[in-house]
Amino acid sequence: MSSLSFRNVVKRYGTGKQQLQVIHGVNAEIAQGEFVVIVGPSGCGKSTLLRMVAGLEEITGGEIAIGNRVVNALEPAERDIAMVFQNYALYPHMSVFDNMAYGLKIKKVPADEIRARVDKAAKILELSHLLERKPRQLSGGQRQRVAMGRAIVRQPQVFLFDEPLSNLDAKLRAQTRIEIQKLHRELGITSLFVTHDQVEAMTLAQRMIVMNAGVMEQFGTPEEVYHRPASTFVAGFIGSPPMNLLKSAPGTRAGQLMGIRPEHLDLSSSGWAVDVDTVELLGAERLVYARLGDEPLIVRIDEGQAAPAVGARIHVTPRADRLHWFDATSGKRID
Amino acid sequence: MIERRPVATFISHLVLILGVAVVAFPLLLAFVASTQSAQEIAQSRPLSLVPGSNFFETYRIALFGGESSMGSKYPPALPMMGISLVSALVIAIGKIIISLLSAFAIVYFRFPLRTLVFWMIFVTLMLPVEVRIGPTYEVVSDLGMLNSYAGLTVPLIASATATFLFRQFFLTVPDELVEAARVDGAGPMRFFFDVLLPLSRTSIAALFVIQFIYGWNQYLWPLLVTTNEDMYPIVLGIKRLIAGEAYTEWNVVMATAILALLPPAIVVILMQKWFVKGLVDTEK
Repeated sequence: MSSLSFRNVVKRYGTGKQQLQVIHGVNAEIAQGEFVVIVGPSGCGKSTLLRMVAGLEEITGGEIAIGNRVVNALEPAERDIAMVFQNYALYPHMSVFDNMAYGLKIKKVPADEIRARVDKAAKILELSHLLERKPRQLSGGQRQRVAMGRAIVRQPQVFLFDEPLSNLDAKLRAQTRIEIQKLHRELGITSLFVTHDQVEAMTLAQRMIVMNAGVMEQFGTPEEVYHRPASTFVAGFIGSPPMNLLKSAPGTRAGQLMGIRPEHLDLSSSGWAVDVDTVELLGAERLVYARLGDEPLIVRIDEGQAAPAVGARIHVTPRADRLHWFDATSGKRID
Repeated sequence: MIERRPVATFISHLVLILGVAVVAFPLLLAFVASTQSAQEIAQSRPLSLVPGSNFFETYRIALFGGESSMGSKYPPALPMMGISLVSALVIAIGKIIISLLSAFAIVYFRFPLRTLVFWMIFVTLMLPVEVRIGPTYEVVSDLGMLNSYAGLTVPLIASATATFLFRQFFLTVPDELVEAARVDGAGPMRFFFDVLLPLSRTSIAALFVIQFIYGWNQYLWPLLVTTNEDMYPIVLGIKRLIAGEAYTEWNVVMATAILALLPPAIVVILMQKWFVKGLVDTEK
């Protein structure tokens, strides 16, 4: 187990005029044993960042350190990391056992120790009865577990996960999420987990990095990110439905945006007058899509409350302690 | 397709049967002729399609050589088949090794002029042995490789077709697999032997069949580089039987032809499953 440090990490592709910068100076210190999730929309550079830690992408500028060791110039195998790939990347011609043991065989770990380590990992992941199977004889969830097992047996300093749950169905994904959490509690290995799914990010992360267009927008606990988003991007990206960002709500000063989450707006008899466009029932809650003046506004109300009629004018009151303020030009949070 | 159209069925069967007949009849003819005596063949017009009784005698002479009942001497086919077998195996295996390695280099390594190198290899597809036969002969002869296994095989080993085929196959191997191997600490050659080679099994098998037959069927090139009868492959041997004697004993010629045909047929039959698999699917 080790800490993991990003020091002004930059990634550029190409040279000269065709140069394209995709990571713009990321700084982050990840503590030993911490589970950190990198989340962001596709193309934001989150996978690139992870692959730079793995050594699969060259680091153009800055430093990445695992423990006290700067790993910029090291081969992936020398970095003491293990990676779980999106499509699992199991060797199709090898049995589950061989898939898990391959890295150890190359490291020339004695055969009986390999056996012991693989057996232990297989037991944790409930793969013991599948060790002789080939990957194609496994279900998606089982393959995913083999990929994790391959990472576990290496006993690395850092685990890297590259959207490992995106090929699973919703139910299995929720289940695997819990298994990953359990695994992290048991093994306590520093983990870096990339996803575009904010639910995964919120549930798994001890701290999360929100990325947008190669820039780290915020690095904090899920609570911090949710309750104190550092920018309008984070406010809009985390939370479903996203936070309402209003230019001309009552009380907004020029050059500022007011942010209020749909769940922090309450139906009332006075307050903001809004016109209802659509109402959606999601089970335990209803989403009311409305307009405040000419700005769209989403309000979340409990399923027990009466649904407003489409086209009706209703009144909502924001909770004063849940208002967020952002600079309209830079998008940064104003405290 | 589930269709019931008697006329279409009849026509398609007719075409298939005709096709089979066109391919199979010469084989039958060769076999029947090889079981008759030279005299029977010479006297019967047209050739009887009933197998004769001279089977063992003809094949004994064809295989081991010797003097026929007509008094002409025949060289044994067995050593010539040996030469053909060795050449075909060396060509097939050599081609596979060389093209696996060159495709591996082209796909997985970034070196200067990589694309140029690939296109140079690709362009040689348009230059079969027959086109470059003059200069190749000059080189082989200057290197003193005439009348040797090296002369028979080395110039035929480099193969653009096989390189291209393996390149296409390697390009379909997911990048993630390469990366997983890198994270596991497998160096390039380790990756090649542990991952790429096992995945290419079926392609290798298919290519082996094709190249073995290619090597076995070589005629023009052995004709040029072998002057010593001890180094004749079987395909040349058949030709020599026809032109060599004033009076051609067709039964021996046909028996030799049947013998020459057996090894490639055996290779195809034995490897058929793999061959089809290699051309049709990839195991990923």
